[in-house]
Amino acid sequence: MDVRDAAEAVFRAESGRIMATLIRLSGSFDRAEEAMQEAFASALAAWPERGIPDNPAAWITATAHRKLIDQTRREHTRRDKQDALRYEVENVQAVAEIDSGGEPESMKFPDDRLRLMFTCCHPALHREAQVALTLRTLGGLTTVEIAKAFLVSESTLAQRLVRARRKIQEARIPYEVPPPHQLAPRLSSVQAVVYLIFNEGYTAACGDRLVRLDLCAEAIRLGRVLQELLPHDCENLALLALMLLHHSRRDARIRNSQLVTLEEQDRKLWYRQEIAEGLELIDRALQRGPVGQYQIQAAIAAVHAEAKAAAETDWNQIAALYGKLLHFNSSAVIALNHAVAIAMSSGLEEGLRRIDDLGRAGELDQYYLFHAARADILRRMDRSAAAKEAYLRAFALTANEVERQFLRQRIVTLD
Amino acid sequence: MRYMMLIYSQEKTEGLTHDDARHLQAAHWALMDEASQKGVFRGAEPLKPTSMATTMRMKDGKPLFTDGPFAETKEQLAGYYILDCENLDEAMDWAAKIPTLCKGGAGCIEIRPIQELPSRSS
Repeated sequence: MDVRDAAEAVFRAESGRIMATLIRLSGSFDRAEEAMQEAFASALAAWPERGIPDNPAAWITATAHRKLIDQTRREHTRRDKQDALRYEVENVQAVAEIDSGGEPESMKFPDDRLRLMFTCCHPALHREAQVALTLRTLGGLTTVEIAKAFLVSESTLAQRLVRARRKIQEARIPYEVPPPHQLAPRLSSVQAVVYLIFNEGYTAACGDRLVRLDLCAEAIRLGRVLQELLPHDCENLALLALMLLHHSRRDARIRNSQLVTLEEQDRKLWYRQEIAEGLELIDRALQRGPVGQYQIQAAIAAVHAEAKAAAETDWNQIAALYGKLLHFNSSAVIALNHAVAIAMSSGLEEGLRRIDDLGRAGELDQYYLFHAARADILRRMDRSAAAKEAYLRAFALTANEVERQFLRQRIVTLD
Repeated sequence: MRYMMLIYSQEKTEGLTHDDARHLQAAHWALMDEASQKGVFRGAEPLKPTSMATTMRMKDGKPLFTDGPFAETKEQLAGYYILDCENLDEAMDWAAKIPTLCKGGAGCIEIRPIQELPSRSS
């Protein structure tokens, strides 16, 4: 393999783990990143001659660790000789281990990434900062790629990262897995960030499709880390299952840059392996319990995944699951999904009645999917004129070209 | 690191009932005792209401004094704690224990790390 390709592969797959270790060793995001970058530069210089090491990630970590120590030693010689000595001892150990072909001691901390996830998703940071920091620190995406995916300029994103890292340092946000009494809310913040990253990639919003698929893949990878490191939390299993089940439809849901509804998707294009893994995960989560939001959402996705054809979808079960989901989160959007499931199972009239009830509450009036869902029910009832009106309403409420194209298509078919 | 917990609450003209005031004071005393026992307590004081406040600002190089607080907001600074904590998570745990119910309105606590000054000798 080409050295540059090898280095890039290591960066994509392992930079999260390397960063996590370096941050633990240095106690600083900035120093860790600087050391990691220097180590990658060293790799590009050294590998062509010496060959790619057997464990490139360990090589990068050990090299970056050495750079950290050099840096610390320089800073400490004047002030604190004792501390420099301590680092030096660790350095000698790490180098000795890597020379003997083993993983350095510094790589053997499986908890590092988990701690870092909690730091990056700390509630004292703004949600946008949590997302950027998590992707930048734990994912394998560059700042340019993240900026592109979130449609912000590179400098805005860089600013966001600088501010977040500064707050971590200055307000002393710890680099720890939270104690038991804080764990539940903190874990749900981490899960929310991972799911947000996934959804950002999944939504058919404008932007480069490849970049968006990268985001989904990145979120799934983070979900795997979370599930590996905290496997006892059922919601971690369910979150990963949910993302896998949605992601498995990626090729079927876009045709000629147009959105294809679940009903009209060619199910042969679904990725069977991801579905199998998702189903296995959600089964395991549901057996263990306690039940949570991600489990119900994943269970809904599982019902769709299990239907061989759209007409075979078990809408009764989906309606029941949405009903359950409402107990956890009584949002109007979930109520809308519930009503649609009822329309598909108990009857269109009943579904429409519920949707109209929701509409009267006013909250969903500016939500394009509300009008699109309503239009779809009306279309199924052969009330073409009313359906068209609702589609037009939806059309006026979305700026997303993929969605507009979809609605345009629907309107044309009704004419 | 030392953190200052700034207690912001609404200043209502009608006071607390005698019982409310007693409970509030007891809760603060209990918290101060707990923080002292854990060795993190560095200080805490309540403030008199903003109607007692005077603001000074420099205008054309001269101090200008005016009645009242700097900003007219719904929630006003009512007091503070200074606690020496290991990190922000510990500070957040303490902040959650500070009674914020002041004169009938629920308030909020702003947690600010204290900027350590460099020693004057260097």
